[in-house]
Amino acid sequence: MITEFRVKISGIIAAFILLVILPPTLPSYWLTILTQILIFGIMAMSLDVLMGYMGRPSFGHAAFFGVSAYVIAILSTRYQVGFLGCVATGFLLATAIAALYGLLVAHAAGVYFLMITLALGMVIWGLAFRWVTMTGGDNGIAGIPRPDLGIPISLEDPIFFYYFVLFVFVIVLFLLYIFIHSPFGQSLIGIRESESRMRILGYNTWLHKYLGYVVAGAFSGISGILWAYYNGFVSPMDAELTASFEVFLMVILGGPGTLIGPALGAAIIIFLKNFISAYTHRWLLIIGAIYILTILYAPGGVMELGIRFAKGGDKE
Amino acid sequence: MEFLIVQTLSGISFAAILFLLASGLSLIFGVMNIVNIAHGSYYMLGGYIGLSIFWKTGSFVLAILGAGLSIAIVGIGMQRFLLRRYFEHYPQVLMTMGFALIFRDLALLIWGGDPLSFPAPAFLQGSIHIGEIVFPTYRLFVIALSVAVAIGLWVFNEKTSFGASLRATVDDNEMARGVGINVPLVSALMFGLGAFLAAFGGVVAAPFFGVYAGADFEILPLAFVVVIVGGMGSLKGAAVGSILVGLVDNFGKALVPDLSYFTLFLPMAIVLAIKPTGLFGRK
Repeated sequence: MITEFRVKISGIIAAFILLVILPPTLPSYWLTILTQILIFGIMAMSLDVLMGYMGRPSFGHAAFFGVSAYVIAILSTRYQVGFLGCVATGFLLATAIAALYGLLVAHAAGVYFLMITLALGMVIWGLAFRWVTMTGGDNGIAGIPRPDLGIPISLEDPIFFYYFVLFVFVIVLFLLYIFIHSPFGQSLIGIRESESRMRILGYNTWLHKYLGYVVAGAFSGISGILWAYYNGFVSPMDAELTASFEVFLMVILGGPGTLIGPALGAAIIIFLKNFISAYTHRWLLIIGAIYILTILYAPGGVMELGIRFAKGGDKE
Repeated sequence: MEFLIVQTLSGISFAAILFLLASGLSLIFGVMNIVNIAHGSYYMLGGYIGLSIFWKTGSFVLAILGAGLSIAIVGIGMQRFLLRRYFEHYPQVLMTMGFALIFRDLALLIWGGDPLSFPAPAFLQGSIHIGEIVFPTYRLFVIALSVAVAIGLWVFNEKTSFGASLRATVDDNEMARGVGINVPLVSALMFGLGAFLAAFGGVVAAPFFGVYAGADFEILPLAFVVVIVGGMGSLKGAAVGSILVGLVDNFGKALVPDLSYFTLFLPMAIVLAIKPTGLFGRK
């Protein structure tokens, strides 16, 4: 256990050092891919709180991402609101939606949870798609400026924007790590293992699940903020079901309940998506196939595959 | 008043289509305890296959039967060869999601990205006039068709021996096996029937909405809301839920077009707050 932990920690530190030193030497194409990976890594890690730790897989996680991304787009292009105002509103609104949705889903489990989150997630897509006067409908909103932090460094420069995203990513990773290892986070794992036992121990399991859901939504909102600034453009695609499915696959692929695994899953998916779309438009077909193959051959995710491989390939 | 009647009829005709999807979804859930994410894809593919058959043969009936049967075969194939291999529910659900993505892309590959239109059969075109009220004949036909399907399902479920096996499987899967009911066969046939009904709905809905590649994920949440509102595994719930959601959606579109999809949130929130298992859900 200790050694596995050490391997993990040294791996993370090595990866972090590489993420800091390497980028200035990379061509800009790879820099954009790395930036995307970090943004979706945040989203995948936030979903992992629900899927991996709380045991409640959600099919509507893109909703909060979409809400905050749209808030940034609308406030910054139409009302010229500054960086802090945009970020605060985006984050708070995404969290507020999560708090509202949480009331409806916190009681549910299993496939029922999947269905409700899917439907609620698509309600946000419906708003983005149909509320044309506010969201621009199918055309989306373009021309979101990179944020002005009020410091001499300009985030227009891809490399500085990358470091900005990396900074947020590290903070989020750190906060989520603390969250998971706090007594509260441990209670979520307890609920995943046996909710009835946790209830008998005197935990208000509904409240814990509710708060877990809101926290996951809030962090998903953070990734939406970064995405709007990175991409400069938001559209209903960002909140569509396929977007929720993609994050879901990132978590499954990376291994639910490993926190850093889903970020790795995000890296694989984002890389493949960019790589494959250079050759073919059949991305959905391929991601669907990856889905089915993952469930057939690596249901525990790549992290588990790696650990199994490291242990000499013996099964259990 | 006129507005109210016409919009109510429109809402019910949409409910008729939702029922075709939701009844299958709900029964599949009841028998196998899985949620089929590819159910909306059956609907979409049904529309496309029906349209292709209609182009070739010019027959609406053949379009419905051809689309329904081919999708039923797809559904049974998925169930027999892949879904059945898992005893836990998550892998099954996730696999149907993989299929949903593949089906979407196949539809784009075969029929292209542009929306296609599907004319209603000639004898059902035009509208019916009753006093001030004008209503398309085809929509009335769809309502009648769906009511017939609902009655058929009810008779099948309540009055036939297969229906009895089905209800036994829904109530207690293990016990049903114990008394000699062929549960794998029941499951496969249920999956096939659900797929058939969804594709059937796809063809029948095509003259309203056209056939397009986003239809799968647009209708799926609506069908889910129906099942959430009505309660899972219940035919009665699927019928009542469809009418409720069909009406709310239609009046939403008519009164607050900007927020139309958002209005779905309302019935779902109210039902979940009052009765978390849905109106006719058990447990």
